[in-house]
Amino acid sequence: MAQTFDRPEIQTPENLVYSKTTCLTDNVMHYCPGCGHGTAHRLVAEVIEEMGIQSETIGVAPVGCSVLAYNYFNFDVQQAAHGRAPAVATAIKRLLPEKYVFTYQGDGDLAAIGTAETIHACNRGENIVIVFINNGIYGMTGGQMAPTTLPGMPTSTSPYGRDVETMGNPLKITEIVAMLPGTHFVTRQAVHTPAAVRKTKKSLRMAFENQKLNKGLSFVEILSNCNSGWKLSPVKANKWMVDNMFPFYELGDLKVNGEMINKD
Amino acid sequence: MKELKLMKGNEAIAEAAIRAGADAYFGYPITPQSEILEYLMMEKPHERTGMVVLQAESEVAAINMVYGGAACGKKVLTSSSSPGISLKQEGISYIAGAELPCVIVNVVRGGPGLGTIQPSQSDYFQSVKGGGHGDYRLLVLAPASVQEMADHVGLGFDLAFKYRNPVLILSDGVIGQMMEKVELAEQTPRLSNEELAEKYPWATLGKRDGEPRHIITSLELESSKQEIHNLKLQAKYKRMNEEEVRYEAIQCDDAEYLMVAFGSSARIAQKVVSMAREKGIKVGLLRPITLYPFPSEIIHKLAGQVKGILSVEMNAGQMIEDVKLAVCGKVKVEHFGRYGGMIPTPTEVFNALEQKIIGG
Repeated sequence: MAQTFDRPEIQTPENLVYSKTTCLTDNVMHYCPGCGHGTAHRLVAEVIEEMGIQSETIGVAPVGCSVLAYNYFNFDVQQAAHGRAPAVATAIKRLLPEKYVFTYQGDGDLAAIGTAETIHACNRGENIVIVFINNGIYGMTGGQMAPTTLPGMPTSTSPYGRDVETMGNPLKITEIVAMLPGTHFVTRQAVHTPAAVRKTKKSLRMAFENQKLNKGLSFVEILSNCNSGWKLSPVKANKWMVDNMFPFYELGDLKVNGEMINKD
Repeated sequence: MKELKLMKGNEAIAEAAIRAGADAYFGYPITPQSEILEYLMMEKPHERTGMVVLQAESEVAAINMVYGGAACGKKVLTSSSSPGISLKQEGISYIAGAELPCVIVNVVRGGPGLGTIQPSQSDYFQSVKGGGHGDYRLLVLAPASVQEMADHVGLGFDLAFKYRNPVLILSDGVIGQMMEKVELAEQTPRLSNEELAEKYPWATLGKRDGEPRHIITSLELESSKQEIHNLKLQAKYKRMNEEEVRYEAIQCDDAEYLMVAFGSSARIAQKVVSMAREKGIKVGLLRPITLYPFPSEIIHKLAGQVKGILSVEMNAGQMIEDVKLAVCGKVKVEHFGRYGGMIPTPTEVFNALEQKIIGG
């Protein structure tokens, strides 16, 4: 149900500065207000529309908050088992090399249960795009500890904070995949400000352009808040993300054109 | 022109897959079926037909690659042996739930656990009763020769696409490793993406202008809708039971005693039929070719004719439960089996038949 505003006097072509991409459906998203998924979905969809590849794209949805991504993306989507999206995408791309194939996965899906599929799809250099939403928590199941949960961060399964002595350290999987020869472009972005949104969109565009040129795997991590899981208001959650997530998960490109970026 | 070759069962599966026009094979090595992947890699089917062959990082990845390929309407298969098939169960459940066609080959070895690399039939329950989570069924074919290993690949794909359901070829280390003469089918051409889109309107081959997008999923959060999906699946399984039961009845017409056996056990039991008949004992063999759907009707019918039934299996007694359900108490049903990779001799089976059924 799209909400419409009945103001024909201002709905004129010269006033049209923005319209929703045709690569998103009119279904109302189930995401919590303030969550980054909606923005990330939109950016992926806009890039696909702008490249004119809507009929050529097959997305793979994960298990987690974005399991229902196929309700919102207006192109073909397969829903994969938890963590297996890179394996599913591998087969689609191998069988339909002329199509555009991407996975959209959260941190639990990509960096815990699907670690093997992620590493090996990256290492084989599958010519696909992986969009990785990292909010440091399992959102869908109600805020449990994720592989990317920060040290000391409380979750429902680390109620006294993540104790790295017993619960292990957060996994910087993006840094790991950047080291693999199969990845062509690896970046970490965010969607908490208009400037960050623009940069993320640029990265997603580059990722899909890489696929067009058969360059190998492009990996776009997007840091997002999970205000419900973090038990913060959307505004406070974004501030918490800037203050706590960004120092640990540094934003920026890790690998461009197959070359590691030296940040020193 | 049809071609005659001496081949291992595993090689026959691989060659038959190429000739069936398969689009892809995804697998992971495990004894006693690694020849399937090895043969395909050696044969370079990409040059022959354009078929994709990929060694996955695990059985889990391989079955999910099957999911991805099958959802594009492609003819895809995977193979493994018992421990690897256990790993695939998650993916098989998703494939069954999303109603995707594919062929899965299990060249069974003895278990549980890492078990043995020697032949067994101890995965019967896993194959015909579900295996993974949720209410679903696989169409299960049980080849008893290298010829059937080859034939069941093509048949398996036909049935998989007819019902949009995964088909399991339940073989074992004997059939997989032994060499026999096999008549190979002619090459079936692979379909183009345009032909696939025409034939399988559900396939994710890209959203066409003015048409709705394709979604492949096994998720339905609304229970009332999930129940409708379950009912649809059950109706499909019922139709399989009505249309797809396959079996071979060997000297059953005048039989006073019956053996029921599938796969390599049936080959051994066939020898026992001749041994018994030489001694003037009228023994017949009912060999299920489909284990799901199970040939219950013919077994029920034969139960009214014979004095006893022996279920011969290389396991501790699994198919006997389905035989008993079919017989419904009409006549005595006993089990004879060897486990852990041991293969019974015809004499052992004959003795068991005498002791448990004829003399018992």
